[in-house]
Amino acid sequence: VGAYLVRRLGLMLLTLFGISVIIFVLLRLVPGNIVDILFDSAGMVDPKEKLKIMQDLGLDKSIPEQYFDWIGGLLRGDLGYSYVSEKSTLSEILPRLPITAKLAGMALSFAVIIGVPLGVISAVKQNTWLDYVLRVVSLSGLSMPSFWLGLLILMAFVASFGTLPIYTDPPKTLLDELLLFAVPAAAVGFRSSALIMRLTRSSMLEVLRQDFIRTARAKGASPAAVNFNHALRNAMLPVVTVIGIEAAFLIGGLIVTETVFNIPGVARFLVEAIRWRDYPIVQNLVMFIAVVVVSVNFLVDMLYAVLDPRIKYSD
Amino acid sequence: MRSGLRLFAATCALATGLTAAVHAQEPRQGGILRIYHRDTPPSASVLEETTISTVVPFMGLFNNLVLFDQKTEQNSAQSIVPDLATSWAWNADETALTFKLRDGVKWHDGKPFTAKDVACTWDQLRGKSANSLRKNPREPWYQNVAEVTATSDNEVVFKLNRPQPSLLPMLASGFSAVYPCHVSTRDMRLHPIGTGPFKFVEFKANESIKLTRNTEYWRKGRPYLDGIEYTVIPNRSTAILAFIAGKFDMTFPTEVTIPLLKDIQTQAPQAICKTVPIGVSTNLIVNREMPPFNNADIRLAMALSIDRKQFIDILSEGKSDIGAHMLPPPEGIWGMPAERLRTLPGYDPDVEKSRAQARALMEKNGYNATNRLKIKVSTRNIAQYRDAGVILIDHLKHIYIDGELDPVESANWDGKVARKDYSVGMNLTGTAVDDPDVAFFENYACGSQRNYTQYCNRDLQAMFDKQSVEIDTAKRRQMVWDIDSRLQQDIARPIIYHGRSATCWQPYVKDFTLMVNSSYNGYRFEDVWLNK
Repeated sequence: VGAYLVRRLGLMLLTLFGISVIIFVLLRLVPGNIVDILFDSAGMVDPKEKLKIMQDLGLDKSIPEQYFDWIGGLLRGDLGYSYVSEKSTLSEILPRLPITAKLAGMALSFAVIIGVPLGVISAVKQNTWLDYVLRVVSLSGLSMPSFWLGLLILMAFVASFGTLPIYTDPPKTLLDELLLFAVPAAAVGFRSSALIMRLTRSSMLEVLRQDFIRTARAKGASPAAVNFNHALRNAMLPVVTVIGIEAAFLIGGLIVTETVFNIPGVARFLVEAIRWRDYPIVQNLVMFIAVVVVSVNFLVDMLYAVLDPRIKYSD
Repeated sequence: MRSGLRLFAATCALATGLTAAVHAQEPRQGGILRIYHRDTPPSASVLEETTISTVVPFMGLFNNLVLFDQKTEQNSAQSIVPDLATSWAWNADETALTFKLRDGVKWHDGKPFTAKDVACTWDQLRGKSANSLRKNPREPWYQNVAEVTATSDNEVVFKLNRPQPSLLPMLASGFSAVYPCHVSTRDMRLHPIGTGPFKFVEFKANESIKLTRNTEYWRKGRPYLDGIEYTVIPNRSTAILAFIAGKFDMTFPTEVTIPLLKDIQTQAPQAICKTVPIGVSTNLIVNREMPPFNNADIRLAMALSIDRKQFIDILSEGKSDIGAHMLPPPEGIWGMPAERLRTLPGYDPDVEKSRAQARALMEKNGYNATNRLKIKVSTRNIAQYRDAGVILIDHLKHIYIDGELDPVESANWDGKVARKDYSVGMNLTGTAVDDPDVAFFENYACGSQRNYTQYCNRDLQAMFDKQSVEIDTAKRRQMVWDIDSRLQQDIARPIIYHGRSATCWQPYVKDFTLMVNSSYNGYRFEDVWLNK
């Protein structure tokens, strides 16, 4: 297990190195840079002033030099400063991280809490009206873009309650926070819940047809015990994999949801930073997201062994 | 006797009602004005930016020397009022302007304001300061200013190379704030310090901008508001819904399009909405050096193909205005009358007649229904630009030109235009002050950074200078019309229309005046109060 862990960690580092090179090069391949954008807001470009800003920001150096400056800084814990706000990158990213983390956590929880039980019910009640209804709901979840769903929710709130569940001030209490994030989390988690539900259903159907389930039933186990203790645990492996992948994909949904619900999280901030070609923010934020995604994948792999004792990690 | 009593009672009731009404309209102190902001401003430095995104939230932090009266809708020389300057006087040959400055004014950090701060600010604006601005878009405004000297702590003199009556209107703009000498330009971008009615609290990118009341403001009893909070909501639908739901007291100024205005009027009928010209024109830019556009016939044919009314009907439901470069009357001060406008190429209401002339010009140059000219119409990849570009392509089809839209990301637009890496483009031009010097020198002077087409006509430039020194407004107006006519005849940058859009506020927001000939100068907010 030890050797396996070391190998996995090595691979993780290699992946992160690859991502760092890709994001660094891609950002610089995109036409336009921060200096052009800074001048855009002034409606003019002054070549002399442009050169001066390029020098101030270190953008006149060669690309390898810029890369090593960044990686060197990263290793020293110096993430640089935002080209736009001129504040340190950490001070720009850190306050926004918990906001997105809470939203992502709630969205993922919503997806799992709704998706898994409904998937089980749909499988157990296969080909009944309940199954059909749940399948239609899940299909609609998969086909509805979250920005559209978000706007519909906002319009419904204005029409029905005369108010709007958007972020204008930081929530003061935990309850405020829950109320504020509940609606956007549901909007972004709806798609994931649909996916999880469909996968749980198909996985459950496959397991429910296996011999050990029949044996459990023959031994007189209750339907609940059969479904949840025997079938669900075995059906969860592909579901857990998808939950891991969804956690990574969630960032895409969060960008849109944070924009529609006006939540000042890192996802929306990342898009703005890309628009501004704010390299330090984009590079460091993408690296952070990469670390989270790689770590979640690693944890999911570890979880397989917990769910299925037959899985062993060795050389 | 009974009728006398009735009369007395009625008089008392009327008097009470009138007193209550008058009392209800008396300004009250307190409250936070909440406005949504359309995006994150590029910085907080009004001297370095040209965008309304910066001037709206940050104008209230500063004072100018002089200011356009914040309660008068139309900016003009007559509406200029004292601000940090209590009075001003020209010398005999109108080449020196002396300002007497207000005593006892303090910067938000407690340091005293003096004439040196004024001199410092204009040294920065003229590119002559060690504490230089990172970007200096209004340097061309002050090319005629030879020197700015603090003659004492409360007197400053602007020495000019030649008379320039436009100097005062330029100094009255929202972009002409006085900066403190002792604060770096970097700090002014991040956490600015001014002498204005509001003090800076915080500026969180993508989130909010907060200002609080300056309790030591030199104008006693002002501002009425305890503060102003801007919440950044880039998604227009969310922002409008939030205003309808009452989360905001005001929309971002001039940000409500005509279709969205209808939504507000239906769903929030109590809101007060005004539609005014925004001082932004949609215009056609043609690279005059690139064949075949170096041919004046082709440029003229393009101008003749434009159906301005159709642009306005499609893009703003008939609400915008046809004009040459200067904003047309009645809101604009310098725009030429409609009858003169109609004589210019492409302005004839009989569009078919103009297009027939255009086709003849194209045929003269070898183009016809079978040999069509293929071009790319470049434009910024933003709806206001793109939509106009698509309509232009449709109009050009009528004169044997097949256009293909080339949407350019905002980040690359100015660079592309500056490199002249385009043949035909659709552009929007904002003008901070409704003034001929600002318009002509910024957009058409030889070598100006914002002269996107690099149109350079030395004769016309001499006319720019001539109108600039003219003191007699009536004479100057005639000269301005002549220049504007020449610009349109030369197809320097055909103006398609001047945009209008709306601003809405809740009925309890009092004494906010929306200016009608510039969307950059009316956001001091010191007289605004909330009747909640």
